[in-house]
Amino acid sequence: MSPRRTDTGGRVDRLKTIRFTFDGTAYTGHAGDTLASALLAKGVTLFGRSFKYHRPRGLLTAGVEEPNALVTVLKGEVREPNIPATMVEIHDGLVAVSQNRFPSLAFDINAVNQLGGKLLSAGFYYKTFMGPVFGPLKGTRFWMFCEHFIRRAAGLGSAGSAKDPARYERMNAFCDVLVVGSGPAGLMAAKAASDQGARVMLADLESRLGGSANWSDESIDGAPAADWARRTVAELEGRDNVRLLPRTTVWGYYDNNTLAALERVSDHKEQPARGEPRHRYWAIRARSVVLATGAFERPLVFPGNDRPGVMLAHAAERYANEFGVLPGQRIALFTNNDSAYRAAIALKKAGASIVAIVDVRPEPSADMRELAAEAGAEFLAGHAVVATEGGKALSGLKLQRFDMSNGALTDDARSIHADCLLMSGGWSPTIHLASQAGARAEWNAARQAFLPPKPTQDGQTQRWIGAGAFTGSFSTAEAIAEGRAAGLSATGATSTPAVLPTVEAVPGDPDPAPVFEIRASGKSFVDFQHDVTAEDVRLAHREGFVSVEHLKRYTTLGMATDQGKSSNVPGLAIMAEALGKPIPEVGTTRFRPPFAPVSIGSMAAERFGDLRPERLTPMHDWHLANGATMYSAGLWYRPMIYGLAGETVEQAYVREARATRESAGIVDVSTLGKIAVQGPDAAEFLDRVYTNMFSTLPVGKARYGLMLREDGLAFDDGTTWRLGEQDFLMTTTTANAGKVMQHLEYFLDVIWPNLKVHVTSVTDEWAGAAIGGPKARQILATCVTGTAVDNTALPFMGIVRGRIADVPVMICRLSFSGEMAFEVYCGAGHGTHVWEALVEAGKPHALVTYGLEALGTMRIEKGHVTGAEIDGRTTARDLHLDWMLSKKKPFIGSAMMDREGLIASERLELVGLIALDNRPLNGGAHIVEEVDEVNPHGSIGHITACCYSPALGKYIALALVKGGKARHGTRAHVSDPLRGRFGPIEIVSNHFYDPDGSRMHG
Amino acid sequence: MAEYSALSLLANALKGNKDWKPAWRKPDPKASYDVIIIGGGGHGLATAYYLAKEHGITNVAVLEKGWLGSGNVGRNTTAVRSNYLLPANTRFYEHSMKLWENLSHDLNYNVMFSQRGCLNLAHTPAQFDDYARRGNAMRHLGVDAELMTTAQIKRLIPALDVSDSARFPVVGGLMQRRAGTARHDAVAWGYARGADRRGVDIIENCEVTGFLRDGDRVTGVTTSRGDIRAKKVAVAVAGSTGRVMRLAGIETMPIESHVLQAFVTESLKPFIDTVVTFGMGHFYLSQSDKGGLVYGGDIDGYNSYAQRGNLPVVDEVMSEMLALFPGLARVRMLRSWGGVCDMSMDGSPIITTGPLPGMYLNCGWCYGGFKATPASGWCFAWTIAKDQPHDFNASFTLDRFHRGLVIDDKGQGANPRLH
Amino acid sequence: MLITCPYCGPRDVIEFTYQGDGNRERPEPASQNFEAWNAYVYDRLNPAGDHNEVWQHSGGCRAHLRVVRNTLTHEISSVAFVRGHHGSASRHKAEDKS
Repeated sequence: MSPRRTDTGGRVDRLKTIRFTFDGTAYTGHAGDTLASALLAKGVTLFGRSFKYHRPRGLLTAGVEEPNALVTVLKGEVREPNIPATMVEIHDGLVAVSQNRFPSLAFDINAVNQLGGKLLSAGFYYKTFMGPVFGPLKGTRFWMFCEHFIRRAAGLGSAGSAKDPARYERMNAFCDVLVVGSGPAGLMAAKAASDQGARVMLADLESRLGGSANWSDESIDGAPAADWARRTVAELEGRDNVRLLPRTTVWGYYDNNTLAALERVSDHKEQPARGEPRHRYWAIRARSVVLATGAFERPLVFPGNDRPGVMLAHAAERYANEFGVLPGQRIALFTNNDSAYRAAIALKKAGASIVAIVDVRPEPSADMRELAAEAGAEFLAGHAVVATEGGKALSGLKLQRFDMSNGALTDDARSIHADCLLMSGGWSPTIHLASQAGARAEWNAARQAFLPPKPTQDGQTQRWIGAGAFTGSFSTAEAIAEGRAAGLSATGATSTPAVLPTVEAVPGDPDPAPVFEIRASGKSFVDFQHDVTAEDVRLAHREGFVSVEHLKRYTTLGMATDQGKSSNVPGLAIMAEALGKPIPEVGTTRFRPPFAPVSIGSMAAERFGDLRPERLTPMHDWHLANGATMYSAGLWYRPMIYGLAGETVEQAYVREARATRESAGIVDVSTLGKIAVQGPDAAEFLDRVYTNMFSTLPVGKARYGLMLREDGLAFDDGTTWRLGEQDFLMTTTTANAGKVMQHLEYFLDVIWPNLKVHVTSVTDEWAGAAIGGPKARQILATCVTGTAVDNTALPFMGIVRGRIADVPVMICRLSFSGEMAFEVYCGAGHGTHVWEALVEAGKPHALVTYGLEALGTMRIEKGHVTGAEIDGRTTARDLHLDWMLSKKKPFIGSAMMDREGLIASERLELVGLIALDNRPLNGGAHIVEEVDEVNPHGSIGHITACCYSPALGKYIALALVKGGKARHGTRAHVSDPLRGRFGPIEIVSNHFYDPDGSRMHG
Repeated sequence: MAEYSALSLLANALKGNKDWKPAWRKPDPKASYDVIIIGGGGHGLATAYYLAKEHGITNVAVLEKGWLGSGNVGRNTTAVRSNYLLPANTRFYEHSMKLWENLSHDLNYNVMFSQRGCLNLAHTPAQFDDYARRGNAMRHLGVDAELMTTAQIKRLIPALDVSDSARFPVVGGLMQRRAGTARHDAVAWGYARGADRRGVDIIENCEVTGFLRDGDRVTGVTTSRGDIRAKKVAVAVAGSTGRVMRLAGIETMPIESHVLQAFVTESLKPFIDTVVTFGMGHFYLSQSDKGGLVYGGDIDGYNSYAQRGNLPVVDEVMSEMLALFPGLARVRMLRSWGGVCDMSMDGSPIITTGPLPGMYLNCGWCYGGFKATPASGWCFAWTIAKDQPHDFNASFTLDRFHRGLVIDDKGQGANPRLH
Repeated sequence: MLITCPYCGPRDVIEFTYQGDGNRERPEPASQNFEAWNAYVYDRLNPAGDHNEVWQHSGGCRAHLRVVRNTLTHEISSVAFVRGHHGSASRHKAEDKS
């Protein structure tokens, strides 16, 4: 006998056949089936293997809490591991495979682990694998050797490396009331809140809204509950102020009522619709939240409770009523509470025979007795199941008389033949989201469950209210009443008496007997996926791991993919018993996001495949069209070289730098940060932020400036141009543009609000080109109109306005290359136009375009500093910029810059280096006084930048070296063990080339 | 036979695992001790262990306000490395590394330190040179480091996107082979058991509510379980440093408390061997022995003691993860948690005598505290026992900030959220 | 976390840049009181509870805001412009935002 599909009933459409494969075998199911229900209908009972012992496992549940039946869903090469079969909706072409088994699910070689049994008890790995204390396997070697095999045996499914072609998207949503859970409580809450005109969102992780109404077999307002749910959903769907989100798991409850949810938009389809994402990530800001998340049924802990065929009672009820699948033909029930009797009736109605109802309670109520009779079951009160029989499928069970007061088992064991055993150990409200929001659960002795505390509506970071089974009110009638009240309360409306839908349901007491475990010999599982047994919990107790967090961490109870949704409370109960304490004194763990696992793709959303924006200069396309190799610098792309055919990078930059010094070169400097500093106090402000004076700078002139941080270390440098009395244009380094802007804004807004200054970032408004070299002025002269560019009109650091190719430009004569040079700025939209005009004008003068490498080469030759030297650890003195530290005024950092650590003699200082062996140097190489290639030591500094200098005909570098200037003229060595580069160097001044600046002053 | 060994495991298994003793006792506090250590986290427990083992000081109590190891040793991403730039840090963390390498034997407790390597990915030639500077600095202090090419990296981590079409292509990386991961809870439990077996009292659920004083001198603590006197009171409560120091009347510290989130995926078959870090953001990932990918990124970036973070960092971390591993889009995040970090003003820790007579302070671990555990305990024990720092922690003073002697590995200045 | 910018209304924390402890007092620029400078740059109150702090609405109006936020609960009790003349009386109560 085996499970089978019933002829009628359930939501599945028996007229629609769907074809899919599982472990390579073709199966059919029906529209509305999950992978679990479809396979179960075909008689499949073996779904997976457990984590540690690789025990055969079947379906325990029918929902998101499934610990056993995990599969990998394949879409071409793309793998989605560890998905509960209960949450996979089948579609044509679905390919699913089982996991964590070799070679096959039916025969798994690692099942040999079961023989290890007591050896592989909780925490065994902490006590062994340490290996010898001497010899070749000392230290960590032996452990790593063992670990290699442990890692292979561990793990569930496999991740792929092929890029997921699917699209993910994010939605930001705002609502008055977010209702989580669409059972009777959630539907009533959504209805009541939307009646008040509130904007309502209703989310449920299942594909069909309605929750327990879809499978409870109760009637509401005289109709089957499922029909009532369908009608209510249809009514809500028609309302403009309601958004329904099926297949949407609300997984995170963050500050200020921000909730995160995952909508599985197209997983259930063979192909997503055009433009449809696979998953949609919802960030929902809700004024109020109604938590109607229901409850999870708990297993009972007894030997053999993990055998395929042993299932939670309500899960069987769901399979029968919702999917039209019987999980067995001869079904036994084992329970400590009334709710399981419902399942007996449902399965009986669906055509199974109920062979026995085993209840741990000595005297269940008369109602239950009647239900048992109605189900045609042998009624065994005061009994307990002590073993299950069968291999990979259940064939029978053993039971004994059981005394609930002391757990004693008496009388001879009796066997019952059954192919399915349903168990119910009571219910645990799904309080995860409330717990994430900071609520502390309270133990309710009657319900034997942790219930949420009183709702909070006054808090700012969390405003929620609960309804239905979430609050421990397990009956549908209560859920309906609480749901309505919660919906009204969430909108601020007062609850008025109203006629509520009437419910007809099987009677039942919501309070279970306080029985969690039947102690008999054999492995009794608490956490099914991680194979944590009751004995493991007791071992943790013996070893002192008694607090709930220690229990969890030592045994891994509740750490599996189901996160202990069904195992937490039984585990706590067993620990409490061992300690002889009540359960609440053992405590409960605080739940953290996510409620259920969330695809990483969904959280990355649109940034999947597009991590950061790209910043391109106005001349970007021109550079690409003209042979530039681009270099990514932060978010920017900049030309590195404009290489000719066959050139190496070094050949290219040497050619570019040499040509610039011989005739002229042009480089795109649009990426420099540019900030307009304007207002009556602009000059005063600059005096405070720069170490040197700017108030004395005449209009029409520029000056090089240095900024320090508050702590007195160097921060950024650049030139600032005075365009008018109250109008400055500040330039910053490319990398620090944003930081400098925030720095200025902070001081203006927070520290010196009385200064009348406004700062505006204009980086993207201006395109910039620097043209330098002996021919630079001639080139400009041929293309600039409206101004002269000779020494009188445009002296060193002077600024003029004119036009190039009919476009207004601003030209400042300043030099980074050390040549006679000009920075030409124009509106960004004209960047390419002006650039092309300059390049055209330069043709007769052998103008070259040059990239970052040549720019860097020429700055190294000049000994200018950049971010490689202003690295957040250097002072102005370290960089020989102390001449810029005004003594006439305080400035940011001036009070702090002379502390003992910042003026110490052993600090690293900027120097120049020349390779004496005429071989290339490497950035990041260190400097030593004596080379020791085998055991490098004695670093006195490091290279910050290096190049081949065409001007000197040598390999040179800038470096930060202890002693600095005192070492000029001395020899030392580079020591670069990472790249095997050692060799002699001479330490010289950082000003290698034209130190008196005659070329740029020209 | 050692208490824990393959043999003892077998012997006990045959007896139904009935004979195992508690890993540590649960004593009531005595009226006084030679040394009280406030904080039963990794650092406090390691300090107690080394006080007993290295200095013979066993009349020691470790006071923990909650359950042992409930602080950051119980909530981190378990990476162990000594790949620092500045010598003070490199020397200290390398000492820690050496202790790690023998820790399981030393404690007779398998802390599962696995030297699977830590790879920092470089995405521009300039960043590669930066890493070379750091790697060479390490090599000049006798610490292992090597550069890897993109091709070598691809062989090591096949799932990593090293294509030129990546937004930030990988140009190489800095590898420390001796770096790796350890089982974080086991570190707390192993030190606790080691200290306990040497006579240290580990007292859980004992919250310090104030300090006993004789003038300036600290002479003990008041706790939720009564007053306890001690010759020396050591504070090792990273994450709560501000709160505890305030009890001693010290209102300001060069520390801000920030929340750092961490994440783990569902268990997967072996996916990656090493610890890997992203160079164009802040992201790090490794795989645990159970198969979960353990990863994290930046702190949330505002003062918090809440052990809970918010979504912007979650989204950012996941985005960076997929930039490196586009195959992981369908893998699922299983758990997240938040830990409160002592973010110091230069990103480096404080292990020092004082600031009050009779008091000793260990704090400011930012988010590097886990790997420091052995050396932190070792150096703090030395400092407590000898009333002066060891060379390894001589730079980690409290007054270094005011004196301009900061140890700023990241060069971010007095901006804790950026370290 | 949401911060209610007095200009822009309630906005997600992602739009803001944290500028740290708002209790710090910067000495007068010419001050030679090095203790005060050190305290300003390095020392923090770092309370577990209400914290007076500065945020910049960097993804919005770029104003700096003085925010009182509880570091244990992340609850914000007041937000105002740091700069007085925008109207420092502009206090937004928690209840106003969602």
